[in-house]
Amino acid sequence: MTDWRDALNVVVKDVATEMRTKEALGAMLVFALLVIIIFNFALELRSDNAREIAPGILWVAFAFAGMLGFNRSFALERENACIEGLMLAAADRSMIYVGKMLGNVVFMSLAEMCVLPIFAALFDVPVLNPALWLVILLGTLGLCAVGTLFAVMAVSTRAREVILPLLLFPITVPLIIAAVKATGQVLDGQRLSEAFVWLRLMLGFDIIFTLLAFLGFEYVIEE
Amino acid sequence: MNMSASVTSESKACYAVEVEGLSKNWGHTAVLRGVKLHVPYGSSVTILGPNGAGKTTLLRILATLSRPSGGRVRVDGLDLLRFDQSIRQRIGFVSHQTYLYGELSSFENLRFYGRMYRVPDLEQRVVELLEQFGLAEQRDNLARTLSRGMQQRLSLARALLHRPKILLWDEPYACLDQRAADALTGILRDLRMKGSTILMTTHDLERSVQATDQVALLVAGKIVYEACTQTLSREQLLATYLERTRSRT
Repeated sequence: MTDWRDALNVVVKDVATEMRTKEALGAMLVFALLVIIIFNFALELRSDNAREIAPGILWVAFAFAGMLGFNRSFALERENACIEGLMLAAADRSMIYVGKMLGNVVFMSLAEMCVLPIFAALFDVPVLNPALWLVILLGTLGLCAVGTLFAVMAVSTRAREVILPLLLFPITVPLIIAAVKATGQVLDGQRLSEAFVWLRLMLGFDIIFTLLAFLGFEYVIEE
Repeated sequence: MNMSASVTSESKACYAVEVEGLSKNWGHTAVLRGVKLHVPYGSSVTILGPNGAGKTTLLRILATLSRPSGGRVRVDGLDLLRFDQSIRQRIGFVSHQTYLYGELSSFENLRFYGRMYRVPDLEQRVVELLEQFGLAEQRDNLARTLSRGMQQRLSLARALLHRPKILLWDEPYACLDQRAADALTGILRDLRMKGSTILMTTHDLERSVQATDQVALLVAGKIVYEACTQTLSREQLLATYLERTRSRT
């Protein structure tokens, strides 16, 4: 039987563990900041081109930082085979997926919140914009929906660090392109309605892949 | 179909575990080949066998961690493939992996798993188990700082949190020193006295005779011998074990 409390239990456990180790969040933050700082110095940014370049850099930072987080979230479950402990619980296994995914959304959002002010300062773009937050939220949900599923697939393979990006990035290309385009339009001061096509694509991606992952998780997690 | 009514009607069974013609293949390799096993309620059964005989695979299937390739399995009267979630509420599985989160304390580990099993009066139950297994003083210590024996006991406490009817135990004596192994035998004895059904695997012939009512010998994916331990000495069991495993492994 589906019970959302199971998902919540998994989130609370993941947050409690992360508060102690700070491994996932630390790695995500450092990586995302490095990407933004390196690109800022590597590219010749002028006031007229910064807004064209900045969205791509922001999403490269978010996507790669997210990948580190997804890997870490299941590395935790691999130690002492805890993932099997979860599978043994009398819970709907799809709720384990929901819990792990929401945990990844929490960690990725925290990293993004820390990165955004520095991004704003380095690229001179306005980030106190609810439309931008909506784009980031939709992008983060999509990345976490797919990333969580692929991370559980990758974790049982020997080359897990290589497998995850190979699986994740080809699938999320449409999402990342839409996120970059929508971010660009929002940073450019255009109205949210003008980015509607991209937002609709992101929303569709999020719904389809969250549902597919939710339904398929039980089969993926088994041997 | 009303699932709960169906579960109730399926639950009237003579055996805690019924396995008929169970097979499991990994690619082209047959790990289990028509296993037949019946474990009555309240009994304790040890599955013996050499490495690679399929003991762990059998327990993992019963614990719903792995799907069978063929055959019929019923646990507490419920069909394994149809009622896996209900079965998980009725079994406790202890593996040589502890399933403990190293960064959570003993208490937090048990509380987390207890929530996943909807254990009523959870905090009280956790404290009770920590005391029962001599871990009360380790309550706030991180699981990764505990000794192997303590982790094994905590893992057993985790498996018993939801008061399962049936305990599945894979290699309980692995990696334990003499004292911890003796303590574990005592725990097993207590569980038997309380009427739990126990199905375990081990390589330790002597302890299997001491700790359980029945032994079954699994060789190359098949049960080739079953006996009651009351009428069986360690020497007889050893002779049978050597004879039955010599030509088949």
